[in-house]
Order: sequence, then C-alpha cells, then structure tokens
Amino acid sequence: MHPVRKQRLLIVLFGVFFSSVAIGLMVYAMRENINLFYPPGKIAAGEVPQNRAIRGGGCVKPGSVVRSKESLEVNFILTDGVANVPVAYSGILPDLFAEGEAAVVNGKVDDKGIFRAEQVLAKHDETYTPPEVADMKQGDGKSDADHKNDQVVCKELNYGS
Amino acid sequence: MVPELGQFALILALCLSVALTVLPLLGAHYGNSLLMHSGRSLAVGFFTFVAIAFACLTYAFAHDDFTVTYVASNSNSLLPYMYKLTAVWGGHEGSLLLWILMLSGWTLAVAVFSRSLPLDMQARVLGVLGFIAVGLLLFIVITSNPFDRNLPLPPQDGSDLNPLLQDPGFIIHPPFLYMGYVGFSVCFAFAIAALLAGRLDSAWARWSRPWATLAWGFLSVGIALGSWWAYYELGWGGWWFWDPVENASFMPWIVGTALLHSLATTEKRGLFKSWTILLAIFTFSLSLLGTFLVRSGILTSVHAFANDPERGVFILVFLLIIVGGSLTLYALRAPVVKSEIGFNWFSRETFLLFNNIILNVTMVTVLLGTLYPLVADALGWGKISVGPPYFNFFFLPLMGLLCLLMAFGPLANWKRTPAKHLLLMLWKPWSISLVLALLFPWFYRPETYSFAAATAVFIGSWITTALLADVIYRLRNSASVLGGLQKLSLSYYAMAVAHLGIAVTLIGVSLTSIYSVERDLRMEEQQSVELMGYSFTMQSIKKVQGPNYVADEAFITVTHNGKPLDDMHPQKRRYTARGMMMTEVALDVGLFRDIYVAMGEPVGEKAWAMRVHVKPFVRWIWLGALMMAFGAFLSVLDKRYRRVGAAVSSEVKPVATVAGKGLVNE
Repeated sequence: MHPVRKQRLLIVLFGVFFSSVAIGLMVYAMRENINLFYPPGKIAAGEVPQNRAIRGGGCVKPGSVVRSKESLEVNFILTDGVANVPVAYSGILPDLFAEGEAAVVNGKVDDKGIFRAEQVLAKHDETYTPPEVADMKQGDGKSDADHKNDQVVCKELNYGS
Repeated sequence: MVPELGQFALILALCLSVALTVLPLLGAHYGNSLLMHSGRSLAVGFFTFVAIAFACLTYAFAHDDFTVTYVASNSNSLLPYMYKLTAVWGGHEGSLLLWILMLSGWTLAVAVFSRSLPLDMQARVLGVLGFIAVGLLLFIVITSNPFDRNLPLPPQDGSDLNPLLQDPGFIIHPPFLYMGYVGFSVCFAFAIAALLAGRLDSAWARWSRPWATLAWGFLSVGIALGSWWAYYELGWGGWWFWDPVENASFMPWIVGTALLHSLATTEKRGLFKSWTILLAIFTFSLSLLGTFLVRSGILTSVHAFANDPERGVFILVFLLIIVGGSLTLYALRAPVVKSEIGFNWFSRETFLLFNNIILNVTMVTVLLGTLYPLVADALGWGKISVGPPYFNFFFLPLMGLLCLLMAFGPLANWKRTPAKHLLLMLWKPWSISLVLALLFPWFYRPETYSFAAATAVFIGSWITTALLADVIYRLRNSASVLGGLQKLSLSYYAMAVAHLGIAVTLIGVSLTSIYSVERDLRMEEQQSVELMGYSFTMQSIKKVQGPNYVADEAFITVTHNGKPLDDMHPQKRRYTARGMMMTEVALDVGLFRDIYVAMGEPVGEKAWAMRVHVKPFVRWIWLGALMMAFGAFLSVLDKRYRRVGAAVSSEVKPVATVAGKGLVNE
C-alpha cells in the first residue's frame, strides 16, 4: 500500500477505535447513573425495580407529613390523587416543600414498598411545577407526552377524604 | 406612557437591526463603501434604542408601575430599592431584554474599537451581529414582550420578586454570565465574516482573540458567581450540582477555553485555522443552546420559569438557523482557509492540540448527559435524569489528564522542542510536586490518608512548579530578577495567572469534596455538637422582622478547641408577599475552611433541624476562577492589540526558532 494511504488508514482506524471505546464508556457510565422517573401509580403498583436508584414524584398529600419528635426522620405520602406512595426521608426538607404541593424524590423503593428518599426536591417558585409532576394525569400511572394538555397542578387535585 | 415608549424603542431597535444586517452585508458584497460605512452608525442607533427600552423597563420597576404585567409579577412595593432595579432581569422577558442589551453593547464596542479593521471585514462582522439581534428582538417583540399592560384592572401590589433572587448574587451573577454568553457572539461574527470573505490570516486571529478572551473572562466570573451564590443561597452547601442549567453555561466555557488556545495557535503560527472557525461557531451555538435550555422551561431547575412551549420552539428554530446556516457556510468555505504548515510531534502545537481534543471530548460528554434526558423524553423512552456520578466519571479523569499536560504547554517551543530539554526542565518540578503531594494528606488529616487528595495536590503543584521553572528559565540571561520579570510580556503574565487559577480551583474542588464534613442535626437550646474540632452551641432562637419578611433567627456560638471563634445567626425567613420560606445561611469564611450553618425546620417544641458543615478550601474554587478571569482581562491589555492598525495586512510569518535555544513566546 502507498505509504500516504497507509498512514491515512492508520489514522482512520485509530479514530474509529478510540471513538468506539469512548462511546462504549459513555453508554456504560450512563447505564449505571441514570435515574428513571416513575409516577405514583407505577410505584404503588410495584412496577418499579427494587433497590435501584429511581426518581419519583407527585403531590404531597395534605395531612400526611409526619415528623419524628426525636430525630430528623420524616414520613409523607406522594399521590397523583388515586395511588399513594409512602416516602421515608431523614434530613432537612427543602424550603418550599409543603403539603398539597409538588415534590420530586430520589431514592430506592424497599421490599415493603416504601420509598426511601435520599434527596427531596421541591419547586422553587410558587407558580412553577416540575415538568415530571405536571405531566402526570390524575389517577393514571402513565406520564406520557399526550397528557401535556391536562396537567395536574397539585392545588387542583382531588385528594379525597 | 413610559412602558409604551419602551415598547416603541424596542420596535425601532428591531428595525435598525434589520438594517444593520442587510445594508453592511450588501455593501461588503458589492464593494459599496457607503453601505459598508452605514454599519457603524446603525450599531450606535441599535444600542441607543435597546438602552432606552431597558431604561424604560427599569423606570417602570423603580416607580412600581403594576399596570405592567411583568413588573407586577416580579416586584412589590415593599421590595428593597436595589432589588426593584435589578428585578428587571428577575423573569423571562426582562432577562431576554438584558441579553439583547448585552448584545447591543458588544456590537457598539465592535463598532467603536474596530476602526483599524478593513472596511469590508468591519461591515460583515457588524452585519452578522445585526442578524443575531434580529432573531432575539423578534423573539422578544413577538412572544415575550416585557411591556405588556394589565389593564383595566391592575393588581394593587406586585407579587414580589422570587425570594431566592433577593440577594446580592442576583445583582451581579446574571449580567456577568450574559456578558460572557453574548460576548462569544462577537467571535462568532468574526468567524462568519472570515468565511464570507474567504480570508483568514493571522491578523484575523489577532483581531478576534481579545474579544474571545474578554467574553471568556466574563463567563468565568459569571459561572463562579453562580456557583458561589448557589453555595450560600440554597442552603445545601453544594457549589456545583451538574444541573442542566449549570451545564448549559459550562459547555460554552469549555469550548471557549479550547477556542482561546486554538486562536493562539492561529495567531502565532497560522495553524488550526478552519478548526478555530469551527470552535467559534460551536461556542456561540452552545451559548444559544444554553439560552434555549434555560428559557424554554423544559428543564426542572432553579432557573426555569413557568413558561409556554411556543417560546421554546422559537428559540429552537432560531438555534437551528444559526447552527445550520453557519455550518453549511463552513462546509462550503472552509477549504478556502485551509492551512498548510507542519509541526513536529514534540512542540507547543501538539500540546495545544491535546488541549483542544480533551476539552472537546469533555464538552461532548457533558452535552450528552445534559441532552440525553430531553431526547429520551421526546422519543418516549421514559423520563430519566442523569446524575452527578455520570459527569464525574468522565470529567475528573479528563480534567486530570488535561492539567497534567497543561504544565508542558508553556514550556514547549513552537514547531519543535527536544524531549531532552523538557525533561531537563521538568524533573525538578515533578519531584517537588510528588513529595508535596505525598506529604500533604499525612499532615492535613493524619487519621485517614487520602490518595485522592494526594493526586489533587500533585496536579496542582505540578502546574505551579512547572510555571515557576519556566519563569526561572526565562530569567536566566537577565542581569537582575526584577529586570527580567519586567521584560516578560503582559500576555505571558496573563497566561501564568490563568493557569495558576486552574491549579487553585482544582485543589479547591478536590479538597472540598474530599475533606468536607456535613451533618444534619436536631438541636435544642443550650445543646452543643462537635464537628472536626469545632463546637457549636445553640444559645437561643428569636423572631426577627425584616422589610418584606419575618424570620426565626438562631444564635449559635462556635468554639475551636475551646477558644471562642464566632457568633453565627442563621435565619429561616418567611416572605410575606408570596408566603415563601427561605433559608439564610450563616457563614464563617476563611481561606482554608468555611463554617456553614443553615436552619432546617422546627422539630418538636423547642428544637430545630440544623445543617452544619465544615468545608475546607472551598474558597479556592472561586478564587481560582477569579484568577482565570483576571488573566483574561490582563491579556487583553497586552500592547500588541493596541497596534493592530499596523498589522492589518501582515501575513503569517513563520516563527523562527533555533532548537533548544530560543523559547519564543512572542
């Protein structure tokens, strides 16, 4: 082969090899570190992997927030109006966390179906609702793009009794 | 009346920017000098009317004109005056107005400082800037008019500025960030102008270099301010979250850094020409992408406002026009500006090439992690989020490698450097750093030896000592140290300060992450807790009344090894207009450690949940960023940019270097 072509071939092979290694690494790292979002319906129905980091979200059910008197343990219920997910968290809740408002939680679901949150995120502005929660339709487990028109705003949700 | 004037000024600015796009570009194409000359005065007019519009909106805020919807939703009669004035950029519409104000300011600066440029180049640059302005102004006028009135029934009082934003950080962070973002538009305009003209020489690089450096400096400060603000305002003690919006500002910075180095090569050696152009396009496109990500409301983030999707679509279309158009132009014209100069494997060019490769790979990993959730959502793969572990997995090793190589760059000669020379210069810095690195964790925290800390200290001192070795080498022929130091060029000092800044930030980031101690506690009055030799005692909790809030304030005394150190007063505020809760952190600031106390919420009768941190070296993160920015501003003052007029027609002069002898920087 002509030396110039040989050099070009080497450069191309070099490029292909390193970009495939890079892409492989990226996909691997992503797989390990992606958190899928699940609405309350799916979590309550047990359709989520156990003991794997996921992201949940919904509206905090009014009257469900219980603070321990001795420690920083706190329990509350996330709901889409029908399905309820009990959440346990230890630590300080964000400033704008409140009953009847949207919240997003990161953590794992244990074998009793309790969501062990490692992080609780609330909105930062009272007119803003996290897109994940906003897209959730009352009472159904899906959170599809088709639901963009009937967004759940936690204030209007029917929490029942 | 005043808001209508503002609206009118905005529309006039739009008309002028259309003229600014069309006339100078036509003039440059047909060689009509009258049309080309029109660019400068149009730029002045464009700036004037945008400034009038901005002043009108500020006036409406200052006079509590709640008939204007935007004012009513972002201000309140009780809001402190300083925040009333800056609430102008507290929401979507106003922050876009700030964006366009910055753009008009940069355009004016180009018009004023580019008298020495060839007329057609000047006309083309201004035309491209005008085109960007048309897109953004259309966006404001059509979808996000800040002057919309809420008549006939205006609210009695405004709904207040988001309490998160009522902080000095809010006054300075957005302007600096936008200065940086928008500043890259000048570089972009230079790149497009070069492609249109089909002419790219080292004079071109010399013109665009100060603009890129300046924008990069502003962006560095902007990002650092954002990080510093988040650190004390959000009450979590974090300074970087790999939040999509942070990434949106960080990606232009990464590529901008690559651009600076590539521009240096283009200016000095006439190399990497088309690559520089591509980087200029990328940098500005990423700035626009950042604007799109932040302003479209598709992200869950502190910066997202409640928003309607039409706006997102508009920016997305504009982004596609800019990126698509400039890349097409690039594909058509890039072969014209190809460079045919070779360089040896061991040369400064090679190190700059590595710098560019690593920085771009880093940008791609960040881009992927930022956009993947959006793509997955759009394609119906479910709603996902990519967490910090992903970003750290790539970012840390890549930056480590970059910083290791960074020490070589300034020492290497252009064109060719004997490996022996580098080895001779660098074995001492290498060994000194190694010793320092191995000893540091052992002295600092003997209980737990941290190899990560040793690595960080090694890289940081490696950059520093290698620079020192370089300075000593450069002074070898001068009679006195002071005289030699005076002979070094301003741009050399600029480079050194910026590189040291990287070392400082790197050490700050690593040591804070490794050695920080954080505890969430339940504290009652008179209760004490110990953390890393610091003892915190809760003395009392009382109610405090502020101008537009009420607060619970804790009084905590801190002692270090028995000696009293500081009294801290963290607050939990309730802003009355919106009923929003806010944490006011109490800080004890030090060069080597911060003490950070934040109030959580009341637990039980007299107890509060408290968050207590001791964060070693956290200040170094922002100190380093300020050094980088200082370096950037210093380099713009270098005298060779002041004699650009003389260099207009100069062609690329290959730098003559005698192997092993001259380290030619200039």
